Amino acid sequence: MIHNIIQSDTSSTLTSEEIHLINIELSHVPQKSGAAIDALKIVQDKRGWVSDECLIAIAKYLEMSSEELEGIATFYNLIFRRPVGEKVILFCDSVSCWLCGCEKQKHKISEILKIDYGETTKNKQFTFLPVPCLGACDKAPVMMVGDELFTNLDSSKIEQIFTDYEQEAG
Amino acid sequence: MPTIIVDGKSYEVGSGKNLLEACLDAGLDLPYFCWHPSMGSIGSCRQCALVQYRDNDDQHGRIIMGCMTPATDGARVSLKVEKAKEFREAVVESLMLNHPHDCPVCSEGGECHLQDMTVMVGHRDRRYKGKKNTHRNQYLGPLINHEMNRCITCYRCERFYRDYAGGKDLSAQASRDRIYFGRHQDGILESEFSGNLVEVCPTGVFTDKPFLADYSRKWDLQSSPSICSGCGVGCNISPGERYGRLKRIHNRYNHEINGYFICDRGRFGAGYVNGDKRTNYVGIKEPNGAFKAIKKNEISRHIIQWLGNGNIVGIGSPRASVESNYLLQKLVGPSKFSLGVSQTEHNILKRQVSILQTTRASNPSVREIEMADAILVLGEDLTNTAARIALAIRQATKNKAIAMATKMGIEEWHDSAVRNLAQKELSPLFITTTAATKLDDVAMKTITLSPDEIANFGLELARQLADGNSQDPQIIEIATYLTTAERPLIVSGPSLLNANIVESAAAVADALAMSNQNTQLSFTFPESNSTGSILLGEPQNLMLSDIIENIDEIDVLVVLENDLSRRLSAFEMTQLNASQTKIISIDVLENKTLEISDMVLPAASFAETQGTLVNNEGRAQRFYSVFSPLHDRLPSWQWVIDIAAVIENEELSAIASFDEVIDLCAQNNNFQALSSVAPDKNFRDHGLKIPRQTHRNSGRTAITANTSVHEPQQSPDEETPLTYSMEGLNRDQPSALTPFVWSPGWNSNQSLQKFQAETDGPLKGGPSGIKLIKSSGCGVSLDYDRTPSVSLKNNYWRLVPIYSLHGSEELSLHTKEISELAGLPFIMLSGRDADNMKVSDGDGVIVSGDDLRISISVRVSARMAKGCAGYSAGYNEIGHLTADTYVQINRDDEWQPLKPVVIATDRIASFKSEDNQYV
Amino acid sequence: MTEKVLTKNISNVNDTTPIDRYEANEGYLGLRKALNSMSPDDCLLEVKNSNLRGRGGAGFPTGMKWSFVPKHGDCLPGHKYLICNADEMEPGTFKDRLLMEQDPHQLIEGMVLSAYTIGANIAYIFIRGEYRLAIQRLSEAIEECYNSGYLGGNILGSSFSLEMYVHPSAGRYICGEETALINALEGKRANPRAKPPFPQVSGLWGRPTIVNNVETLCNIPHIIHKGAEWFKTLGVGEDSGTKLFGVSGRVKNPGCWELPMGTPIRQILEDHADGMQTGLNLKGLLPGGGSTDFLTEVHLDLAMDYNVIGAAGSRMGTGTMIILDDQSCPVGMVLNLIRFFAQESCGFCTPCRDGLPWTRQVLEDLENGKGSEADLETLAYQIKYIGTPGNTHCALAPGAMEPLQSAMKYFFEDFKNHITLGRCPYEMNGVY
Ligand SMILES: Cc1cc2nc3c(=O)[nH]c(=O)nc-3n(C[C@H](O)[C@H](O)[C@H](O)COP(=O)(O)O)c2cc1C
Ligand code: SF4
Ligand code: FES
Repeated sequence: MIHNIIQSDTSSTLTSEEIHLINIELSHVPQKSGAAIDALKIVQDKRGWVSDECLIAIAKYLEMSSEELEGIATFYNLIFRRPVGEKVILFCDSVSCWLCGCEKQKHKISEILKIDYGETTKNKQFTFLPVPCLGACDKAPVMMVGDELFTNLDSSKIEQIFTDYEQEAG
Repeated sequence: MPTIIVDGKSYEVGSGKNLLEACLDAGLDLPYFCWHPSMGSIGSCRQCALVQYRDNDDQHGRIIMGCMTPATDGARVSLKVEKAKEFREAVVESLMLNHPHDCPVCSEGGECHLQDMTVMVGHRDRRYKGKKNTHRNQYLGPLINHEMNRCITCYRCERFYRDYAGGKDLSAQASRDRIYFGRHQDGILESEFSGNLVEVCPTGVFTDKPFLADYSRKWDLQSSPSICSGCGVGCNISPGERYGRLKRIHNRYNHEINGYFICDRGRFGAGYVNGDKRTNYVGIKEPNGAFKAIKKNEISRHIIQWLGNGNIVGIGSPRASVESNYLLQKLVGPSKFSLGVSQTEHNILKRQVSILQTTRASNPSVREIEMADAILVLGEDLTNTAARIALAIRQATKNKAIAMATKMGIEEWHDSAVRNLAQKELSPLFITTTAATKLDDVAMKTITLSPDEIANFGLELARQLADGNSQDPQIIEIATYLTTAERPLIVSGPSLLNANIVESAAAVADALAMSNQNTQLSFTFPESNSTGSILLGEPQNLMLSDIIENIDEIDVLVVLENDLSRRLSAFEMTQLNASQTKIISIDVLENKTLEISDMVLPAASFAETQGTLVNNEGRAQRFYSVFSPLHDRLPSWQWVIDIAAVIENEELSAIASFDEVIDLCAQNNNFQALSSVAPDKNFRDHGLKIPRQTHRNSGRTAITANTSVHEPQQSPDEETPLTYSMEGLNRDQPSALTPFVWSPGWNSNQSLQKFQAETDGPLKGGPSGIKLIKSSGCGVSLDYDRTPSVSLKNNYWRLVPIYSLHGSEELSLHTKEISELAGLPFIMLSGRDADNMKVSDGDGVIVSGDDLRISISVRVSARMAKGCAGYSAGYNEIGHLTADTYVQINRDDEWQPLKPVVIATDRIASFKSEDNQYV
Repeated sequence: MTEKVLTKNISNVNDTTPIDRYEANEGYLGLRKALNSMSPDDCLLEVKNSNLRGRGGAGFPTGMKWSFVPKHGDCLPGHKYLICNADEMEPGTFKDRLLMEQDPHQLIEGMVLSAYTIGANIAYIFIRGEYRLAIQRLSEAIEECYNSGYLGGNILGSSFSLEMYVHPSAGRYICGEETALINALEGKRANPRAKPPFPQVSGLWGRPTIVNNVETLCNIPHIIHKGAEWFKTLGVGEDSGTKLFGVSGRVKNPGCWELPMGTPIRQILEDHADGMQTGLNLKGLLPGGGSTDFLTEVHLDLAMDYNVIGAAGSRMGTGTMIILDDQSCPVGMVLNLIRFFAQESCGFCTPCRDGLPWTRQVLEDLENGKGSEADLETLAYQIKYIGTPGNTHCALAPGAMEPLQSAMKYFFEDFKNHITLGRCPYEMNGVY
């Protein structure tokens, strides 16, 4: 869950809350490195992404090298090694959504937010990423914004969604 | 033994092999990338595809990976069937999608496994129309060059570096066709074995950086069968030369010792051979203190003048060959000869040899060390004192995993499956040292003690093994592990300059061997011929201190390849300098002994001469020159013969060849087998000498093209069965005479399998080297010195030597890259001491003692025995820091910490920015 | 009307089934029965007899898979593990989400029973990180179970204990492959492992491990509660039980329904999905997700049974169909799929890592009208090279090639037309 992101958190030490959560994960793995992915996610939950400094701090805490942890962090799609916006848009571009015209909706989003895949809006509110099939193909096209799933997308729905966000952000 | 049928032909193969190994053993050319004979299979590259048939009636068969399929009895496969060939070609075609077409400028070109396999599968035409992926390269330090674009993702680098050698700072990153092998950020690779990446990588991603800067194609290199002089392990190496320069060193397979891998000191440490510190001409000291070059034939005048009917004394060296040492001893006589090491070291090493001659345990080769299943290390930081043995011990800790896998029916070669099954389970390894070691990560227990305590610990353990009366739970636990093991191993050595440690190691091993005849005892020996020089020592020999004491009675002192300043105190060096004694120094590099000498005789380096070295195991091995000595350099044994001629020693001056030197050495009881170490100069392979050059050598015409286009004459080699030419056979000759490996279609070092009787097995040319130490097996009578050790003094630290792969060895330290890695001399402190002194890594401290006060940089050790501090043994400029002295240590407030090594900033970038397509 | 088994508690789209409602509707009766009166071997026999086949895609008989777990004396010391594969990421698949979001206790009961049968004391639900709602509801349900004695030590007073954890994935299609999943659970890079050894023998942390799909596990409580014989009667074809079938694409009523195994495709398409949207005709369909082969109109009367669909040259896969209509470009659709698979390749083995991007490049050229006859040959070559099972380290790449190879079989004209016209003949769904 990505909420209240501290935009460019580079503080190198883990917070006591993060350590507490990591310790819970550690309690049910036979070796520290077993909690690597969980630890990355815990830190990302709090900070939005995993900076080099954080990565090094986690690695140290789990008694791994930063290389080992980097190998893991860069393998997974949902571990962000670069700063992302406050909300990440996971836009499904897989086959059912494609059949239902998701490419058009993608362009719509690009037009509204003025960003392409992999980019973040100037105000750091959104990062736009494609995602494999979200498992809601009967309601294609779909996307997630933050934790929320939006289905049966069309142009007007997309406009509505982002207008609402804009208002919410004030 | 199972029989397999390949394309209708039956082959008998070794048991427990996979089909790839079986095919290679049968002499068939089956391409592969990810499999490695010593690291097993993971099945990632899919190159070794075969078609396997269920039975006689199966007409179609299915594609299987040779490396992932056991070679079971009756297995029917085809290598030649179209389906298999087409698949293998497709694999290369896809590997080439992103591989740059930079062979002409790639330093791997001509010995590239990818090139070989591409030709082998017949891939030529490119169909892919997309862009190639590109990556950023990293700065990995002075030894290894990184060119990621050439990567074919075989995972060998990561598997060697991390899984095999225990390195932590190299990993596979990202995924799909963007996989990246590198560090987290630019920086020096930390592993002492990083150089093996050069040979493990089947293409040009990781290449030898110093070689790149002074490059030659493999086919233009002249090579020789050689032995590493970096430490006492005696790894086999293949140095390559061109234009009179030693270009690079490759591993040379020795089944018993180094196998496929050597350490970075061995690979990169010989740059001094080309360095500007080399001695080139005979020099004679002028009254003004400078050396004047004189002709070789002028030496006699001076020597005769100095010696008259006087007294000549010789000092030998543990880094000079058996032959050179022997001749010098012969020249001056045993009672006027010193082996050239300190008395403490001499006593310990001599004791190590005598223990090995009597112990009930066996004295293992490196390969046998790898087979141990419970290990105790007493007092050695093996990664820095006998690196190749440390690597073997790391493998030995995996034996538990292999045993578990075997129980579950998983083949040993199924590397990832073995790993997944065993997870972090390791065979027991106990390390007892004064400071942290690089093997600590695989140790079941590390025990941090001062040198005396280590000895006591060993002794108590031996007692526990003998009578079981110990109360110490730790001792009891270790004893239990050792007694329940099938092949326990004890490793020790002279590092801490404490004779009792060696005694206690022998006691433990002997006690174990009483009930288990598979018990092994291994000692490290510090220098490349330490063992050999002990073996040729005589009871009448002088100690270095005897020589200094009686220096005024000596007219001429001949020093053979020995920088005495590393063995004598500054005061003793001054005495030596002040004496009237004429000192003749025969050496390879300029050094402090040379400075105080009256005559310098330039010695050929290991790369320019031949000789025999005896390793820690007592194995005598012959090394051969890779090029004939330049300038006025001569092999040191030749200089001794020349001196013999001057002083009219008829026996020695009559010697006409190196083989005669060997015959003479064989007069010594310990060296009777010396002439069987390698074939003599008359050996011929099918009537021909063995070529040091490849058949494809471009000739050496261009060397002097600026002055003459006539091809310079090749130097003749009258002394050995090798020749400086491309004429002759290079196939299955005696292993001791194999300069390099090459086979048609196999230009890379993977051609080694054509020289082996079986993959990862002995060479077809037979074993090489001869073991000179045999044990009577009657058991060691303990010689434990019970003088109570000096107790700790408040606010004083007892100095213990700390060794460094880069920095502690004399000659390699004169190689630019090694000295860069060695860094500053240092004092090593425990974390707690460092905290108390308010210093951390890189800060300075002042070390003061009786007549000593130096300012020196700090390194913090993860563990350090109480009351002890380490000093960087072997480094230049460590002043008077010696083992077992007591010093005070205080923070140096004036210390200016040096900046970290500057990294070219334009290269600082990790793959992240480009690699993850979206974030 | 067919009997609802897996979805009997599922009605309202956004609702979940809390523990009391689950219990009220025969919930946890299977578990009580097993713990009271059945040995693990009895349970295994029941599951074997039920002919339940894995719902994760491959259709492997569940009982047989479980029987490969070594008996106590034959394994190394340590735990055994049960893992629920809830990594649903196969394009066009949307059935497990439903089961987890709306009836989490059914899955948990199935897992407790399965764990009891195989002797596992630790169970994981490895779930897609994007399934936030399911994660939340499962976690709550697990909490409820600990409080009600269905999880934890001495379950329902028996000697059987089980710890259960929800592990949200950090995202990667390959994590759905069972051995890659195990690596991910161990905190490693999710490269698949070589088999043998199978996870049943050496899986998580090197110990015996069973990985089953969500839907597979959801069947277990009913099999135990009502018996194998009853279960076998549920199917109308040769396979037993019911199955969640889904339809996506441009049909009138896309969705997911529980129907008997062996329901004919046509019935699913016409009676439940209400047929194609107006103006569109069916061109082809992928019967069970993005890595199954196309079927066409001629196959509509086939029963959705593992062997029947297999005999027609495709696979049941996940049973969630993707419909290709006659106004969408088959080349474009295949390109979309290949792009997905190339992107999701773990990068371990060569044919998949480098072969799929090569296929993608050829398809991109074709779709953009830059293709040639030679490209068709290249595609055929790649299908053989990447698509033959065994050529790659895991099943991702052969799966990736299934839609392509069948598209080239059934829609070859479309591929040709792209070349002769020099452009995509369809009004494109998307811009490539
Ligand atoms: C690339 C790939 C992805 C897979 N993804 C899933 C998945 O998301 N969910 C799933 O249940 N099985 C998936 N599978 C199948 C699993 O490997 C495994 O066969 C399955 O979880 C077994 O469960 P079952 O026997 O209950 O069907 C995948 C297989 C492959 C090769
Ligand atoms: S087929 Fe090979 S590269 Fe592709 S996902 Fe499987 S193991 Fe990874
Ligand atoms: S060598 Fe067999 S798959 Fe790589």
